[in-house]
Amino acid sequence: MTTTKAFKLVSGIALTAALGMSPALAGPGPDEDQLVINEDIEIVTEAAAPAHMEYVDTIYSGWRFREDDTQVMQMDDFDNPAMIYVDKAIDAWNTVEGAEEKSCASCHGDPESLRGLRAELPKWNADKGEVYTAEMYVNDCRTERMGAEAWGWNGQDMRNMTALISSVSRGLPVNVAIDGPAQETWEKGKEIYYTRFGQLELSCANCHEDNYGNMIRADHLSQGQINGFPTYRLKDANIVSMHNRFRGCIRDTRAETFSVGSPEFVALELYVASRGNGLSVEGPSVRN
Amino acid sequence: MKRTLTAFSVLLVGASAASAADVIAPADVPYGEYGEVAVSLSGQPGDMEKGKVLMNRGAGNCIACHQVTALEDLPFHGDIGPSLDGVADRWEEADLRGLVANAKNYFPDTMMPGFYKYTGFIRVGDAYTGKAGIDPAEPLLTAQDIEDVVAFLMTLKDG
Repeated sequence: MTTTKAFKLVSGIALTAALGMSPALAGPGPDEDQLVINEDIEIVTEAAAPAHMEYVDTIYSGWRFREDDTQVMQMDDFDNPAMIYVDKAIDAWNTVEGAEEKSCASCHGDPESLRGLRAELPKWNADKGEVYTAEMYVNDCRTERMGAEAWGWNGQDMRNMTALISSVSRGLPVNVAIDGPAQETWEKGKEIYYTRFGQLELSCANCHEDNYGNMIRADHLSQGQINGFPTYRLKDANIVSMHNRFRGCIRDTRAETFSVGSPEFVALELYVASRGNGLSVEGPSVRN
Repeated sequence: MKRTLTAFSVLLVGASAASAADVIAPADVPYGEYGEVAVSLSGQPGDMEKGKVLMNRGAGNCIACHQVTALEDLPFHGDIGPSLDGVADRWEEADLRGLVANAKNYFPDTMMPGFYKYTGFIRVGDAYTGKAGIDPAEPLLTAQDIEDVVAFLMTLKDG
């Protein structure tokens, strides 16, 4: 199975080479490869930019900016190292915990019952009066319904569970609402996206809007889309949360970062997620 | 032993005081009309060989964003900024010094960091720790580092 897909990918590369382009150097811009997971789930990795984006016409999944050997790992769940963590989350899903003696399954049944949720996150939670991410919903369930302790935002258990929640929505279009009660948070996220932080004075937009497709040293810059999160990062050999990635980027501008789970990063998550409206949910993806 | 140490310390203090006297502090750089800087920031000439090392390493790391054919033995040149090939044909030395020190004087929206800029940052950090830093900040490069980089850049001529 994998061999077939790898072959298709290689065929695409051969075609690119025949057209006189150099696949090894890839840039500038994304490649032309197509992503189908398990020969079943078709992933939209290129779409017209949502109307709210002023400076970008076409949005691309970060998958399109990665090398072929990284891309192939995401094309079959047996090759995707993130799926180990999804399996662990399935165990946790079925484990009774807390004073109420409930598991996730007690209320939700199969994880597939949450299909579609990830595509809309983050979203306005009317009961709580704020924008909610997957982590916030998971912890509300744990503390309010299960009588269990909250998980750390960036802890392994939480990353596993958000990977499971994402995995059952793979292939569905990201469709995050930016209007209505979420708009204020969205505007705040947009402001953060365009702010040039730190001693290097770099905004998200400097790299991921103005220079996607270009190289910083050995890094092929993507659009910084988050439809693939949580993502298995080869350099970390584990799945990585969106907020942890945000923190790493801002740290690398020689800035004082915001905290994982902070209102600033929830706002940024909403804004960046909305820049991916129209791409498919892809997480847990594989990146370098 | 004690006397030796003391004598050595005096020597060190004396040496740094002598060189520090000629260094132009980040707040005192005499930027010209376009952002050019006509005088050496360290009061000393630059060392082209040291500048060449800074192009690749440390807080210089110029080739992270700029391609330089003269350094093609080093891997992974970026393509964010313009190639620096022939840069000494296009700019005067005073311009190159001003551009390295703070390119935003020339190009307000440039992505290039100001390597001798010291204040006016948003949420400045303590280097790459992610923790809060101090304003004014230590510039990314020292006065002499900038002179060394400029000395190397001045060798990049097409002709």
